[in-house]
Amino acid sequence: MEKIVLPDIENFHQIDVYLSNDGYKSVKKAFGQTTDEIIDQVKKSGLRGRGGAAFSAGLKWSFMPKTTDKPKYLCVNGDESEPGSFKDREIFEHNPHQLIEGTLITCYAIGAKVAYIYIRGEYHKWIKLMQKAIDAAYEKGYVGEKMKETFGTDFYCDIYIHKGAGAYICGEESALMNSLEGQRGYPRIKPPFPAHNGLWGNPTTINNVETIANVPKIIEKGWQWFAAIGEPKHPGTLLFGVSGHVNKPGIYELPSGTLLTDIIYKYAGGIPGDKKILCVIPGGSSMPPLRGDQLEGVKMDAESLKEAGSAIGTGGIMVMDEDTDLVKVLARITKFYHHESCGLCTPCREGTGWMEKVINRILNGEGSTNDLDLLISIANNIEGNTICALGEAAAWPVRYMIARFRDYFEERVNKKITIPVKNKVHSMRHTAFPLPDITK
Amino acid sequence: MNFKFTEENLNRIQKEINKYPVKKPAVMAALYVGQEQNGYISDEVIKEVAGLLEMTLEEVLGVVTFYTMYHQKQMGKYHIQVCTNVSCMLRGGYEIWDQVKNKLGINNLEVSEDHNFSLEEVECMGSCGTAPMIAVNEDYYENLNKEKVEEILESLSKTN
Repeated sequence: MEKIVLPDIENFHQIDVYLSNDGYKSVKKAFGQTTDEIIDQVKKSGLRGRGGAAFSAGLKWSFMPKTTDKPKYLCVNGDESEPGSFKDREIFEHNPHQLIEGTLITCYAIGAKVAYIYIRGEYHKWIKLMQKAIDAAYEKGYVGEKMKETFGTDFYCDIYIHKGAGAYICGEESALMNSLEGQRGYPRIKPPFPAHNGLWGNPTTINNVETIANVPKIIEKGWQWFAAIGEPKHPGTLLFGVSGHVNKPGIYELPSGTLLTDIIYKYAGGIPGDKKILCVIPGGSSMPPLRGDQLEGVKMDAESLKEAGSAIGTGGIMVMDEDTDLVKVLARITKFYHHESCGLCTPCREGTGWMEKVINRILNGEGSTNDLDLLISIANNIEGNTICALGEAAAWPVRYMIARFRDYFEERVNKKITIPVKNKVHSMRHTAFPLPDITK
Repeated sequence: MNFKFTEENLNRIQKEINKYPVKKPAVMAALYVGQEQNGYISDEVIKEVAGLLEMTLEEVLGVVTFYTMYHQKQMGKYHIQVCTNVSCMLRGGYEIWDQVKNKLGINNLEVSEDHNFSLEEVECMGSCGTAPMIAVNEDYYENLNKEKVEEILESLSKTN
């Protein structure tokens, strides 16, 4: 199987090696086409965002206004802070030039003169590696004003790295823009959407690092080639990051729609000690967890996972064996969201703290069955009531962990109090994933 | 204690300012430089950054307090960051956290008496596939076990 984003070529991060493998040819090809043609190809290729929402990349680009005097911007989102997700750093380290080339093509397609690659502050090493690659590309005339000479076009653009400073919320696109503008990383209310009112009020597109890194190959080999890889509704390869209780954790680039069990057993080498799987979180910590007996036949792509009752997220697969303490896992997850909630919206700021306290009560052996309903009630009051998706990210693991492991959690609470929580009815309301009726 | 950026650092910040159409976005980089030069972000650093980038003191302080990588007190020469998030936890992150804590005799965000070490329990550092991990200042140490952690801490104590 051919790899698109992380090919097995030695020293591919060096510009000379990249060039000798047809590097920077796609961008030249792109300059021979109109911007509409490029957006159309990416749309038809079916490339979907790799940052979590799996939104069509071509469609996103087409939202950028065509006739405007305002400067346009591209932000490449490399904030990568979702627990269980560690794919972008591989791209920074092993294939930075394909990311640069994808950035150039995207800038051309949407008409941006400046692109910012936002990289999380903890990635000191990868920021240096990426900067080195960008400097090399500048030197050879593939980025910046020299592009005009190199490619013989009127178009040129600059690429800069913006270093974050440790905030999960900045991976959310509007918070990322606020952070990039030198403010606290608070999310913005939408609408207006970034395509019309983004960085400094100008049209802006924000794409994930992996999404952008796919673009050069689509231009090079055509959208038909890309659309034929993996699942038709979510084509291409995905970088699956497998972590937790597996023999060979790491990043595996595989076609979308690969069976989850294949990834865990065939590629990641199975579970140490041949233990059973208790729980798998298939897309990074904020996605609904799956029970060990729910994994058979689950394909890893956006649509199939939705059907299975979870979501693809960033493709970070966290595997937990039968000896895992799920209460502890959930307590750690809620601690994370409590820490990372930016504090702008009350339901998230307060709710994440309450959830942490309640789950810790259960962890300390002081919980009651009532607490389980209380947790779900809090989660349901966060979901959908916040400006950004961090609310959902905090609510989903709690709701689905408890709903899907109800027996497990009931065994861990020693007091059987069954006073009904008043707003239990909230758990029945419409949400992105249907929840089993726990009131029966 | 007055704080002034060195000439070299002013040039570094100017290079950051040049990336953006306005001065303000360089605040994050300027604060990093200030933290590096001063050891931590003092009120004087905030004042200097605010003056340089034409921001109010409150705006700069808002940025400092929002992000976890800016410190408003002097941290140790070696700032040890231990990840205890889920992927690391499943592979022994908390055992390592306890080990480091006991070895150094300090708690989260505390500094050792000799100012050589400080400790922080950090959220996911993007090292899930190579868990468990610790970071010392800017460097990642991955695929750890208790022996390796012991070795790292020992070698750091010796190089003081």
